[in-house]
Amino acid sequence: MTVPTIIGTETEFGISVKNAREQDPVAASTLVVNAYKSRNIPSISWDYGQESPMLDARGFTAESEKPPSEDANNSVINDILINGGRYYVDHAHPEYCTPECSNARDLVKYEKAGELILDLSRLAAEQLLLDNQEIIIYKNNTDYKGHSYGSHENYLMSRKIPFPDIVNGLTPFLVTRQIMTGSGKVGAENGADDTEFQISQRADFFEKEVGLSTMVERPLINTRDEPHADSKLYRRLHVIVGDSNMSEFTIYLKVGITAIVLQLIEKRVIGKQFALQDPVAVIKSVSRNLSCKNVYELKDDRKWTAVEIQQAYLELAHKHLSTEERAPIVNDVLEKWEFVLEGLKSDPMSLGHHLDWVIKKKLIDAYIARHGFKWTDPRIRMLDLQYHDLRPDKGLYYRLQKNGHVERILTHEEIVHGVQHPPLDTRAYFRGTCLRKYPNSIHSVSWNSIVFNGSNGFEKIMMERPHFGTQAIIGELLNTCTVDELVDKIRND
Amino acid sequence: MPREKQQEYRDHPSNENEEIQPNPELNENVDDITDDLDALLDEIDEILEEDSEEFVENYIQRGGQ
Repeated sequence: MTVPTIIGTETEFGISVKNAREQDPVAASTLVVNAYKSRNIPSISWDYGQESPMLDARGFTAESEKPPSEDANNSVINDILINGGRYYVDHAHPEYCTPECSNARDLVKYEKAGELILDLSRLAAEQLLLDNQEIIIYKNNTDYKGHSYGSHENYLMSRKIPFPDIVNGLTPFLVTRQIMTGSGKVGAENGADDTEFQISQRADFFEKEVGLSTMVERPLINTRDEPHADSKLYRRLHVIVGDSNMSEFTIYLKVGITAIVLQLIEKRVIGKQFALQDPVAVIKSVSRNLSCKNVYELKDDRKWTAVEIQQAYLELAHKHLSTEERAPIVNDVLEKWEFVLEGLKSDPMSLGHHLDWVIKKKLIDAYIARHGFKWTDPRIRMLDLQYHDLRPDKGLYYRLQKNGHVERILTHEEIVHGVQHPPLDTRAYFRGTCLRKYPNSIHSVSWNSIVFNGSNGFEKIMMERPHFGTQAIIGELLNTCTVDELVDKIRND
Repeated sequence: MPREKQQEYRDHPSNENEEIQPNPELNENVDDITDDLDALLDEIDEILEEDSEEFVENYIQRGGQ
């Protein structure tokens, strides 16, 4: 019953213009996205007709305005990337979506390529500003004043799994995985208990267990039912509780283990056995428990630490993943998962080259030890924020990376490659290659369709299976065909 | 977490100088990794935004998703 792994992430970035007369994040985001766009392919629209963000996985449709239809603004705020991803203005943030990836390593490559795209945009946009103005873009999730912006993960799942089973199986995993996937934050927000430093950027913002909203009263499990694929076969699980990560190792682990747990839920080996008494309280408590030693009450009265809950999931993975499901990369993810849980159990600070929150915490600790600052000192908060700065010379994470301080998954060259080349083994290959090859014959694009504008007029090609449209399937056609031939062949296939 | 726990953490020697145990399978380039937080701290005052207080105060975003 499991479906092939397909993963994609969406990142909203914080943005600020130094020495601006007033901060206008919408204008700044539009400037940045357009500055990159002008380097790319002009006038291809995003096709919102394929989207239904208000459909709820529990079976009803929420009331809301329709998404914007095609208008003059569409191509101003949207950029469809030749790596198969998407780059656009969402509310008041630049947002980057990776192309669909078949494994955790590719996901890291394309998420990191997104950081480069944002930085290239920044440089291009700054040409249009006054000399003393400077754009700064942060890959974090908060302004420390109660405004959070998201990092969302998407996983393809089988439609056959009832949504409540996903909620039951996934909730204990999601509220405890932050011990590995948190990016670290100085202070507390949104009325949550005060603390000097916590593991997660986002934990303070989650107020209920299940729901459709992503902007207010955020739920641990989001019910948006918008598969961007054949809705009879698939759902796209939209995970909104994660932090934006700088560490390649952390991103790799985050999406790698989550994809494995979803596979276990599809195999029906995880049910309600790890259900927690109060998961909304647990997510905030776990975030504040830097020793990872607190115990939490399960519904059946067992008391486990976050590490123990994660170890129980890992054990099920070892037990139930079949030989053919254990691709080398899956085995690598399992090894790293085990290594990190062991580290967290003995001494979380031993992971100061691997996990974002520990890297950041150790940096701040060392800074405090040197200068004697208090945790409430603005310089400490500045250090926290600047860890996420995407300027290569100013971003503290990048500086640590340059010094060889952090564990990497990829080389810089691989990441650069991801800026302009789609993954080969998902439908992103078809999308990205068409954009590169036929830029003047494409009218609009969505996740699951391309509208071509060839000599026979508009023709829409649907891509309802995310693991099709690969180089193996369609590479030769794309290499040899004109756009009209391509559309003809696909239509007559 | 209780305050004394945090204190314990801050005072924990591993916060600063402990070398992590290399796991050869996981960290192929562990030899290249040295604990060089100090190298960054030496230059951090030149890297951090000037006037942190004002900068952090003025960093206001609209809520997103």
